[in-house]
Amino acid sequence: MFDALTDKLGDVFHNLRGRGKITEENISEAMRQVRTALLEADVHVEIATEFCKTVQQRAIGEEVLKTLKPDQVIVKIVHDELVNLMGPVDPRIPYVSPGPTIILMAGLQGSGKTTTCGKLARMCLAKAKRPLLVAADLKRPAAIDQLEVIGEQIGVPVYTERGHQNPVKVCRNGIREAKKTDRDLVILDTAGRLAIDDELMGEVAKIASVTSPHQIYLVLDAMTGQDAVGTAQSFNSRLELDGLILTKFDSDTRGGAALSVKKITGKPIKFVGTGEKLENIEAFHPERVAGRILGMGDVLSLVEQAQEHFDQKEAAHLEKRMASGKFDLNDFLLQMRKLSKMGSMKDLLKKLPGMGDMTKDMDIDEGEIVRMEAIVLSMTQKERTTPSIIDASRRRRIARGSGSDPQDVSGLVKTFEQMRGAMKAMSGMGMMDRLKFGTQMSQQGMMGGMMQKFKAKTTASRRSVSKKDMRKKRKKRR
Amino acid sequence: MGLFDRIKKGLTRTREKVAAGFRAVLPFGKKIDDALLDDLERVMLAADMGPTIVGQLIEKVRAEWKKGNIQEAQDILPHLKEHVASLWPEEDRRIQYAVEGPTVVLVTGINGSGKTTSIAKLAQHLKNDGKTVILAACDTFRAAAVAQLTEWSSRIGVQIVKHKQDADPGAVAYDACEAAVARKADVLLIDTAGRLHTQDNLMRELTKIHKVVQKKIPGAPHEVMLVLDATIGQNAINQAKVFGEHASVTGIFLAKLDGSAKGGVVIGIREQLGVPVKFVGLGETPDDIEPFSPEVFVQALFDSPVHA
Repeated sequence: MFDALTDKLGDVFHNLRGRGKITEENISEAMRQVRTALLEADVHVEIATEFCKTVQQRAIGEEVLKTLKPDQVIVKIVHDELVNLMGPVDPRIPYVSPGPTIILMAGLQGSGKTTTCGKLARMCLAKAKRPLLVAADLKRPAAIDQLEVIGEQIGVPVYTERGHQNPVKVCRNGIREAKKTDRDLVILDTAGRLAIDDELMGEVAKIASVTSPHQIYLVLDAMTGQDAVGTAQSFNSRLELDGLILTKFDSDTRGGAALSVKKITGKPIKFVGTGEKLENIEAFHPERVAGRILGMGDVLSLVEQAQEHFDQKEAAHLEKRMASGKFDLNDFLLQMRKLSKMGSMKDLLKKLPGMGDMTKDMDIDEGEIVRMEAIVLSMTQKERTTPSIIDASRRRRIARGSGSDPQDVSGLVKTFEQMRGAMKAMSGMGMMDRLKFGTQMSQQGMMGGMMQKFKAKTTASRRSVSKKDMRKKRKKRR
Repeated sequence: MGLFDRIKKGLTRTREKVAAGFRAVLPFGKKIDDALLDDLERVMLAADMGPTIVGQLIEKVRAEWKKGNIQEAQDILPHLKEHVASLWPEEDRRIQYAVEGPTVVLVTGINGSGKTTSIAKLAQHLKNDGKTVILAACDTFRAAAVAQLTEWSSRIGVQIVKHKQDADPGAVAYDACEAAVARKADVLLIDTAGRLHTQDNLMRELTKIHKVVQKKIPGAPHEVMLVLDATIGQNAINQAKVFGEHASVTGIFLAKLDGSAKGGVVIGIREQLGVPVKFVGLGETPDDIEPFSPEVFVQALFDSPVHA
């Protein structure tokens, strides 16, 4: 998301740079453009206006004009102010002891409450909590079914009472059930409502007063327009929110809501939903989001994402193999699979500094990994450990086995060998050097180039991917 | 309740909020000046009309003012209303029925926009119109979506074609088309899984459903309805664009207009993409649906005590 806003701001600052000399007038002209960019991003009109005023005042007050690189100083000011707008945030859930900790989830219809309940439960489960989901959305047909299916997927029990009309009672019984079955976290999924519906607002307020939850979260669709602020305000006045969870953060919405709600309600965004899979939930970090808006990349989130999917021991083992140059196609395959679990390639690349602009034009085919996998799996163990033995005859056999062309096979081996070389070079470096190296590589378009090189060669064989594979793929991505 | 009253009631929040703004910035008898136009701009932006459209509208007003055609605050709104309402001529707002055989309506939109409920409303509306309707449950992805649509079909009393959860939506569409032809249904309403327009693979899946339907029934789908949540902001324009590229959207179903929503973004969609609004969803029961009326829409949107 934020791409469009990033582009716009990029243009503005680029122009500022092109001027040579920066005057008060062209700052205020630039700020007018920033305001339009913010408005197009659905930032609340009052906030957009005020934001620009603040930045302009600071820019003039700090004597930016006399500094050597005024445009960069302004970028810095914008960054700071963005962080100010969205933060501070403590993206932790304060658990109570003795439990259970009770979390009430509220939100408009279609904001993604039920899915978010599942995501939250899964996240807490991973932190050794024992959650119980309570289906208190008795309004929407099949909402209970949906929560049950989700509960089953993540292995969390769901408390339901079918045919019941009173959500307050269901919640109370759910909490009792949690105590009985030794669950230390209860997540209450309430019915979606329209902000103007007094009756339903009263109902959720009643649930809150009866169950006295420890945390109340408002689930908000990141695509909401100017009214996001109004929604947050009206829920906040009835419920005393503790935080917000922004959903559909992975779309191309410009997320003005994210920039507006904190300022108006004083309640921070704690988490963001970043995809349709149940593991797609992240803590909200204002500095990182501000960085992403300005196209500065988000390495920290990337590292965290990686940590969740790679375990330390394995990583250390791999590192040794890389350093000694023993990294083989089996490891390569393992890495590829792990990588694909982390999310789409494009999203990952976007988080690298300097890559934001490049990913725009890159048409990355996510099916690539599946095809690479097929090729490696068609090799014998010996070929995987020592790819140099792959001659023309072996190549033909592998190609036939994986439904690809011989040149795809050699393309893959070549890519692998380049990678192995780069890894060996990198393994001697410290963390910072590695980041730098990575940035350099990406700036030279090496990574993109590598992907694309392989891709260009495989396009011809794409049609040979069997129907069964397609179906498998479909299942996988969901 | 008459049609006008119901839409008006649905739009109350919209009107109150925006109107409070208009009321405040356009006091009767006040001479137009730059500051007044700035205030007007702010109020229009708050109604989700988007900076581009607001910029254009303001320039229009400014030009009229400079020409001396309008001078006082109360002259502005009739001008704006007339212009905005003229964007949707009547013929654009009707359902395009097939000349013969079943009319196929493909309904699509992002997650949580209100597709399934909107389909129930459409089904009810068409049934009241004396048409026989079949629903196709092509949302095989979201947990319990098929169950939800089945529930609606029995409540409304229309037939449904469905497969199991996780079935191929293209296959469901195929079967539904066959059923619609065999049973001589008037209208086939196809529900699809919610998808973000940025998910390329899912958008291709939509294209596939579109193709399946096209192959099975020549000329179909006759309508591709994009369901938009009325609370949505400027991103709606992008959605309409991308969905249009993958499934040639012919109309907008503006759902949840009964919320605190303003729905001002449909002006931008009409101006920039030419896609008309065909229906509005106003409440939670299947009866809460109205054909889109631009006059009622702008009246409710801009209505203010200046003229009362």
